Amino acid sequence: MNGARVAASPGSGAPSDAGAPRPALDLAPRGTAAPFLRRTLRQAGLETRVALRNGEQLLLTLVLPVIVLVAAARTTSVDLGEGDRPSLALAGVLAVAVVSTAFTGQAIATGFDRRNGVLRLLATSPLGRTGLLAGKAGAVAALVGVQVVVLCAVAVACGWQPDPLGLLAALPALVLGCAAFTALALLLAGTVRAEATLAAANFVWVLLLAGGGLVLPSPVPALTSALPSGALGTALRSALTEHAVAVGPLLVLLAWAVAAAAASARWFSWE
Amino acid sequence: MAAASPLPPAPAPGDAADPAVEAHGLRKSYGGTTVLDGLSFTARRGRVTALLGPNGAGKTTTVACCEGLRRVDSGTLRVLGRDPATDGASLRPRVGVVLQDGGLPTGVGALEVLRHVAGLHSDPLPVGPLAERLGLTSFARTRVRRLSGGQRQRLALACALVGRPELLFLDEPSAGLDPQARLAVWDVVREARDAGVAVLLTTHLMEEAERLADEVVVVDHGRVVAAGSPADLTRGTAALTFTAPTGLPTASLTSALPAGAVVTETEPGRYAVTGVPADPRTAATVSSWCATHDVLPQGLGAARRTLEDVFLDLTGRTLR
Repeated sequence: MNGARVAASPGSGAPSDAGAPRPALDLAPRGTAAPFLRRTLRQAGLETRVALRNGEQLLLTLVLPVIVLVAAARTTSVDLGEGDRPSLALAGVLAVAVVSTAFTGQAIATGFDRRNGVLRLLATSPLGRTGLLAGKAGAVAALVGVQVVVLCAVAVACGWQPDPLGLLAALPALVLGCAAFTALALLLAGTVRAEATLAAANFVWVLLLAGGGLVLPSPVPALTSALPSGALGTALRSALTEHAVAVGPLLVLLAWAVAAAAASARWFSWE
Repeated sequence: MAAASPLPPAPAPGDAADPAVEAHGLRKSYGGTTVLDGLSFTARRGRVTALLGPNGAGKTTTVACCEGLRRVDSGTLRVLGRDPATDGASLRPRVGVVLQDGGLPTGVGALEVLRHVAGLHSDPLPVGPLAERLGLTSFARTRVRRLSGGQRQRLALACALVGRPELLFLDEPSAGLDPQARLAVWDVVREARDAGVAVLLTTHLMEEAERLADEVVVVDHGRVVAAGSPADLTRGTAALTFTAPTGLPTASLTSALPAGAVVTETEPGRYAVTGVPADPRTAATVSSWCATHDVLPQGLGAARRTLEDVFLDLTGRTLR
């Protein structure tokens, strides 16, 4: 039956509706959007898949944090502060993971999507700008979820006692940390060129890792406790070592999230 | 059949009363540079309307305003009866957009992009036949960043069509396409038009405007300088042309012709007589003038002026 079709098609160069090999399309107009939640989840799924397939980004979001975690948990040469060493190491590396995904990864992806016109095209699709931002937030949440699972598993291998209560106490810090750093990423990606975003996002990651209070308690606490990185590190350390919700650092994160979101809303350029 | 020639589409009921795009007196400037300077036009359902103009004429800005990506400074703009600057959410599911610079996510496979856009609609076209029709199946799994310009362009058109739009915006749809792909794209655009879709495209390709558009709006310096069907725009502008040795004294021939005649050597050895009817009387005058100058006017006859001639007359021949 396939053979009959193939035999019929040669010589069908003459335009004829009956004999044309092209599939007919029902192009009658009746465009309707999928529901908001479905559109947003689709966008979040797409962005998550793209991030998980991107080798450079995996290096930043999983490989480097795992190396830092193992090094910090299994050696004693670096002072991580007071408390159970594996818990301190995990808290610091979760903070690094949030900055990798919500800030560096998201800034680079958004910066290049902006340069390549992806943001403009999606802004004309049923997704719209709101759905695009919601999708990005969903992708950050999904990726941080993957990082938490992988890093907790590695931490267990390094002698960490699984600690559901500590993780629950860490949840507000993770959520606010994602919010603050995603908003900062959008502010960066929406205001400067893609190449500058790439350089700045990686440079800031290294700076914050070295002296921003993410993994190591800061030598200048007065400065880093006001930074979102220092606040995130402190809040996660309190949660994982003392099961405490550190209100002060959470308020710092909230302030950064609100300020960066407001600045993005004001200055973000879609093209 | 529908693909063969610009068949006049059956006017939909309420056609005139219900235009897909209605622009009146659009003005837009960027930092003191006027881009749109009182631009007005209408695009109807079941019609292909082409905005034709040189680079920088304001075509892309016009389409971007219609798509809700930019706002006009003044003037009225209605897209499917709504204001694109404020009613974007209700318009977006009803329009399909091909941007000039693509805008497809680069790290994703071709068919994955199409499925993604389809998933943003509640009743999309089946992805398989659409992909087959636009020849996407041979690179279905290739990431967008590895596609050629023509492959991206076809994928972009598929993404614009998959939501069954009422209105299709195509900014330079033939850019980077080889002749086969261009014909395939034109074919699908005509099919969409025949199904009742309004198509608004921008182009600087005369052939595209002439063969694909039902209505041509010639835009220059942010204004409409002419509008009508390709036949309307080229009607009554036939020229008498012939080939002869280069360097003929055209002023002498001009004075032999009735007042108003203009003789130009359009390219070396190629002459055109305009400004007077391209009729047997003019042909006879040209012929006898040539005889007295011992010249054989080869291929003497009336050539219908192309849209390109009309366009160059309207927008000038200088580079910008």
